[in-house]
Amino acid sequence: MRSDFPLFPEQASTVAPYVDALYLFLVGITGLVSLLIWIAVFYFAIKYRRRPENELAEEIEPPQMLEIAWTVIPAIIFVGIFVAGAWVYFHINRVPDDALDIYATGRQWMWKFQHPSGQREINTLHVPVNRPIRITMASEDVIHSLWFPVFRVKADVLPNRYRTMWFEATKTGRFHIFCAEYCGTQHSGMIGWVEVMEPTAYQRWLAGGAEGSLASQGEKLFQKYACHTCHTNEATGRGPILAGLYGKQIQLTNNSRVLADDNYLRESILNPQAKIAAGFQPIMPTFQGQVNEEELIKLLAYIRSMPAAAPVVAPPTASAGPAATQNKGTVQ
Amino acid sequence: MTPSTLHDVRFIEPEKTRNYLNEDYGVFSWLLTKDHKRIGILYLLSVTLLFFVGGFFAFMLRLELLTPEGDLLTSDTYNKFFTLHGIVMIFFFLIPAIPAALGNFILPLMLGAKDLAFPKINLLSWYIYMTGAIFGIYVIVTGGVDTGWTFYTPFSTQYSNTHVFATTLGAFITGFSSILTGLNFIVTIHRMRAPGLTWFRLPLFVWSMYATSLVMLLATPVLAITLFLLMLERTLGVGIFDPALGGDPVLYQHLFWFYSHPAVYIMILPAMAVISECVAAFTRKKIFGYKFVAFASLAIAFLGFLVWAHHMFVAGISVYSAMIFSFLTMLVAVPSAIKVFNWTATMYRASVSWQTPMLYVMGFIGLFTIGGVTGLFLGAMGVDVHVHDSYFVVAHFHYIMVGGTVMGYLAGIHYWWPKITGRMYPEWWARLSALLIFVGFNLTFFPQFLVGYVGMPRRYHAYAPEFQVLNVLSTAGATVLAAGYILPMFYLFWSLWYGRKAGSNPWGAVGLEWATSSPPPKENFHVTPVVTWDAYDYPAFLKAMRETQNV
Ligand code: HEC
Ligand SMILES: [Cu+2]
Ligand SMILES: [Cu+2]
Repeated sequence: MRSDFPLFPEQASTVAPYVDALYLFLVGITGLVSLLIWIAVFYFAIKYRRRPENELAEEIEPPQMLEIAWTVIPAIIFVGIFVAGAWVYFHINRVPDDALDIYATGRQWMWKFQHPSGQREINTLHVPVNRPIRITMASEDVIHSLWFPVFRVKADVLPNRYRTMWFEATKTGRFHIFCAEYCGTQHSGMIGWVEVMEPTAYQRWLAGGAEGSLASQGEKLFQKYACHTCHTNEATGRGPILAGLYGKQIQLTNNSRVLADDNYLRESILNPQAKIAAGFQPIMPTFQGQVNEEELIKLLAYIRSMPAAAPVVAPPTASAGPAATQNKGTVQ
Repeated sequence: MTPSTLHDVRFIEPEKTRNYLNEDYGVFSWLLTKDHKRIGILYLLSVTLLFFVGGFFAFMLRLELLTPEGDLLTSDTYNKFFTLHGIVMIFFFLIPAIPAALGNFILPLMLGAKDLAFPKINLLSWYIYMTGAIFGIYVIVTGGVDTGWTFYTPFSTQYSNTHVFATTLGAFITGFSSILTGLNFIVTIHRMRAPGLTWFRLPLFVWSMYATSLVMLLATPVLAITLFLLMLERTLGVGIFDPALGGDPVLYQHLFWFYSHPAVYIMILPAMAVISECVAAFTRKKIFGYKFVAFASLAIAFLGFLVWAHHMFVAGISVYSAMIFSFLTMLVAVPSAIKVFNWTATMYRASVSWQTPMLYVMGFIGLFTIGGVTGLFLGAMGVDVHVHDSYFVVAHFHYIMVGGTVMGYLAGIHYWWPKITGRMYPEWWARLSALLIFVGFNLTFFPQFLVGYVGMPRRYHAYAPEFQVLNVLSTAGATVLAAGYILPMFYLFWSLWYGRKAGSNPWGAVGLEWATSSPPPKENFHVTPVVTWDAYDYPAFLKAMRETQNV
């Protein structure tokens, strides 16, 4: 048995101090109230213990004020706890604008991570310290949940849409990653490590071999799956021009509009019949079952990287992340 | 003789030897009985059996967790064991335990009624429960199920290759038994009260049972629908939760928790019901703030329906809906707090006895308080993001369900044991077991708060080595706890033959159940009682008893 055992997790992110402060505040206040209750119970039990056996208690008429006090005061405290909790929650969900994008895919029973520059890793995640990181994630099968205890953040990973979470590490080192949502046989083996590195070390790590950026890998897939046969750069193509699409409002055939964010792109590829762009026929085949989650991430990176104005496809950049317009400030 | 103290109260017992137990003999006199007391006993035996089945799984889990490596059980077995532990304990023990076993027995007695409103439906509900339980046992012996008691989709619908269908069918069927029990209780409370027993003269047990029954009646059908949809999807591939068919797995969670949060109150309200009775009986005092406690039960039942998504703060709901649910969660904590304060205040200047049920009451107040306040941690969204699905949650709900409900259940068993069997249990053994349970419980579950906050996820078969020390403590506690639970099996059984004869009112308590012989006759009362006193009004009760016995 290990002799060192932590009773409190390390604080290694910008939100961790807030979560801990709230936690310790709750420990303090609820501990105090509980203590008072226990003392009262014990004190009364001893002080007023029954003797003789056939003793009857005297009846006291409870003062109404007391009832009102212990209804209203806890209510006020509880609402205060709610406000503090909500404030921290907002903080946890408000993604900073300059966040570095990383993509995560959960599957029974491993975590796969992709960096915009093309690196791919399994059950290990390299991130730079002091830099907000946004993770966009989806599952290939059941629901998983990505948890970084030292960062105090966690989010369920769903099979039907992208969700995002973010953190900014404040300490270099190697910390646990756990799957928190039960997902089958090897649930407790769906664990890994996050390696928080100095920015220079991270740059060096990034320089180590990748088969091109996510966007350029996506471009290859775009050819491989023959997307380009319909999605040309001319208005005469059978499919809409995808360049500049990302982050725009799209007019649909049913006269409604949607924001072209990651989830819209995802759905357009996996389930194209769900929403039809105005002016087009529903001829796009579904790529469900053909394009896997990781390829999807690459295709999306490529689509996001297509610049709006230029008629020819520009060389994709490493920083091709979801535009700032994307549901900022909320977990989707 | 005219009674001068409560202990002298003896209700007129014309044929002292005749009672519901010796009225008839033979298996069929039990299996076809319509007597609420006998049905209560049938439930008592079945839930106790299933409690030990669920407890066996729990103990195996704790043994596995003694070491960080998954060495005792395979991953699949471990997953099946925690699933079965949850399913057996929740659907087959906690939900029926107090209402269907103790409530069945005591409720009509408290109301001065001869039986429940629908005795045949009462028997039917036991058979339905047993049918569900047989599905559960079938699943256990034929290989188990590994979805967790929550049956989250799409794991349960598409990925698990265990007995999901049979299990959900079992839970589905059992649900109808609690619907029928709820219905029966509601009608009984409305229609069968003794003359003079007005609503505000009802013992708080009845108020709390009434609130429970409402929740059973209104929430359980939603569980039935949810499980039905799940079965449809699993067998016929109807796309409701399956993303590949355009369904939404998170929808399942909404539906599931729409039942399962209120179900928490189906499990805790009855325990609160018992605690109110025991507090009054063992302090010989009116419950402080009777009406506040009564309405708190109804408030809990109502607000309990509005907080389900607090189980989903990290599941992908919007920040704004999370806020609403968090706020409502804080509100639902208020009535529980009111109850705790009132019970505690009742002890002020009371005549506090240290008999076993009161020890359980004190244990309940202590543990339920911890369980309740840690619920506030989980309701505070910022903290929940970190502790959700960790051992912190496991500790929290065991403080409520075991520290609260099981403590309440044991308090009730000991309190009404003399009424049910006509015999006293051995006091010192009972105190010893209460102490073991209290110590064992805290040792088992308190370390789990710590290990959860440090970062241990729940439902983990193997875990990181730095979590071991706390886990070893927890397993040690579970051993003590197990001893505490097994002990009553022996002394209660023993007391059936060797226990002191109880007499009609061994505690000197008020309430109609103490105004008839122990065990009660088949028809409960020899003379239909007329109620002239408020709940827990000792002097008035005493006076009424004197008058009855003078005639
Ligand atoms: C057979 C021609 C065809 C092929 C091949 C095709 N698409 Fe499409 N795509 C369309 C059409 C037509 C639409 C517009 C109608 C609709 O919304 O379904 C469309 C819509 C889209 C949209 C939504 C655009 C908007 O303006 O709303 C995206 C994104 C997209 N396709 C991506 C792809 C990708 C990536 C591939 C390759 C994996 C691909 N498509 C392959 C025809 C095609
Ligand atoms: Cu998992
Ligand atoms: Cu809940």
